[in-house]
Amino acid sequence: MPIITMREAIRQAMDEEMSRDENVILMGEEVAQYNGAYKVSQGLYDKYGEERVIDTPITESGFAGVGIGAAMAGLRPIVEFMTFNFALQAFDQIVNNAAKMRYMSGGQFKVPIVFRGPNGPAEYLASQHSQATQTFFAHVPGLKVVAPATPYDAKGLLKTAIRDDNPVIFLEGELMYSWEGEVPEEEYTIEFGKADIKREGKDVTIITYSKPLKVVLESAKELEKDGIDVEVLDLRSIRPLDEETILNSVKKTNRCVIVDESWPFVSVASHIGWLISNKTFDYLDAPVELVTNEDVPMPYNHKLELAAQPSVDKIIKAVKKVLYI
Amino acid sequence: MKDLKNYDTKLLKDLLFKMLLIRRFEEKAAQAYGLKKIGGFLHLYIGEEAVAVGSISNLDMTKDYVAAAYRDHGHALATGLDPNSLMAELYGKITGCSKGKGGSMHFFDYKKHFFGGNGIVGAQIPVATGIGLKIKYNKEDGVVLCYFGDGAIHQGAFHESLNLAKIWNLPVVYICENNHYGMGTDYRRVSAIDDFSIMADSYAMNGKQVNGMNVLEVYEATKEAIEIAKNGTPVLLEAKTYRFKGHSMSDPAKYRTKEELEKYKQKDPIISFKELLKENNIISEEDFLEMDKQCKKIAKDAAKFAEESPEPDLDELYTDIYA
Repeated sequence: MPIITMREAIRQAMDEEMSRDENVILMGEEVAQYNGAYKVSQGLYDKYGEERVIDTPITESGFAGVGIGAAMAGLRPIVEFMTFNFALQAFDQIVNNAAKMRYMSGGQFKVPIVFRGPNGPAEYLASQHSQATQTFFAHVPGLKVVAPATPYDAKGLLKTAIRDDNPVIFLEGELMYSWEGEVPEEEYTIEFGKADIKREGKDVTIITYSKPLKVVLESAKELEKDGIDVEVLDLRSIRPLDEETILNSVKKTNRCVIVDESWPFVSVASHIGWLISNKTFDYLDAPVELVTNEDVPMPYNHKLELAAQPSVDKIIKAVKKVLYI
Repeated sequence: MKDLKNYDTKLLKDLLFKMLLIRRFEEKAAQAYGLKKIGGFLHLYIGEEAVAVGSISNLDMTKDYVAAAYRDHGHALATGLDPNSLMAELYGKITGCSKGKGGSMHFFDYKKHFFGGNGIVGAQIPVATGIGLKIKYNKEDGVVLCYFGDGAIHQGAFHESLNLAKIWNLPVVYICENNHYGMGTDYRRVSAIDDFSIMADSYAMNGKQVNGMNVLEVYEATKEAIEIAKNGTPVLLEAKTYRFKGHSMSDPAKYRTKEELEKYKQKDPIISFKELLKENNIISEEDFLEMDKQCKKIAKDAAKFAEESPEPDLDELYTDIYA
């Protein structure tokens, strides 16, 4: 099976879907002539032309809204945010229009649009350019939110997102674009709401998604040296959330740590913590632990920046805490 | 404006009828609001009827589109939405155009190309621009009319949209309905300029100020604008109009003088157009009274329909969130 980067996997997904359905268009800052700020859309402008791969000015609210109107009227736009930090400019359009249009029109409209782009902590970028935005979006009924952790998942989930008739927030870890993984050449899609057990184990469940999967798997390897058998559950899709797989894993291991690089307060992690305590209370041998970004804006200084994020050390400590060792 | 002889009398009567229908429909809605049968915000369009009717009467709703803001009753009626379903929507009934889930600010009809109804000031402007993108992308023969108030014209969404529409040559006509007040704020207090149509110059578009109290003037200006827009240059129209009621039903409108209100009531778009048609022997006073009777009946029947319609089932709470 070919080994490709996350960047290439996402590009392949867009390419295949654009070739399959001429209603799919791509728009955003630098996506066309510049071939993408992160080179994700490389080659698509040459292949599909300026009508389908559209450079926009730096106007997130405007072009997000244009995408929504086009989707309501029958196209299937992919809107790239140069980073999800800038999507906050378009928050009104995403929340008040994309998410609610179907409901407040009594089910008349479909809004088949994908908002995608880099998300999450990066390096040396300070607080405005380095934050995880998933919780903002996951809060909103009417949106779907997915965050892949591997090139394989990214391709399969993005193809599903483009075919979905609802607005989908597709979050790509900003530092993950060059990460590699196996991706088959043949066509496949991955259903939303299906978490993936990335490592089977019996002693403790670590739930995570997106970029932190890497530190979680490293932590699991370290813990294995101490004889601790970790199960790693990758959510892949935050909304819809695969509650069944989460609860079954916790029922099996009886202990749980949730690793999420967004802030802890009213977050994806804290919601899942509540879900587990509510539905599997009798199975738990210890309170659920969270390892999240520290509750601070991201600092520029690298030492502080690393200290703000989930790390192997923090994860190992949390696992040992739920194991009382 | 052309001589009245150059117009089809059916069109002229239709313009009058539609304005009158909006007026009577909203008076009925205001009455129902007073009786607490309608809740929430209710932004009446009374006084502004010539803008929606004059402009939308140019459209073919099988290929053209309309997007409006929260003062959307007039546009919905002018587009041809069923008054019964609109009144039922105000009553929050399942028979409403948005199944009772949208209310006054969220009238929609996907099939009739009425794309809202939008409660966020200016948020419909990029959406309308996106509909324009779809028309162009599919090489369709259509146009979008996008309505917003003088309050929305300072929003970034407006400026971003005009720029995008121009660089992509989209068939959109932006219509600023300047009714003088963004809620309680006189536009002259918060606007650097008092002729909004010149904002079109910033985006190398055509801009024109029109008398929004004159239905034929709006009709002609929009007709011309649509032709320009379909040829690849979007247009900005500013219709100078006036709302006779407050911003919403909860607003006593104390920020303006009685004299000012009276001055504009003298320019009532319905009365003045009726007089014009009478002077030109196109209708008689009796014809007008008959027309008025019809409109009152439609409004009354709509209220009866709404009244007798069922509430949504509780199951509806969780429907229509996802496709």
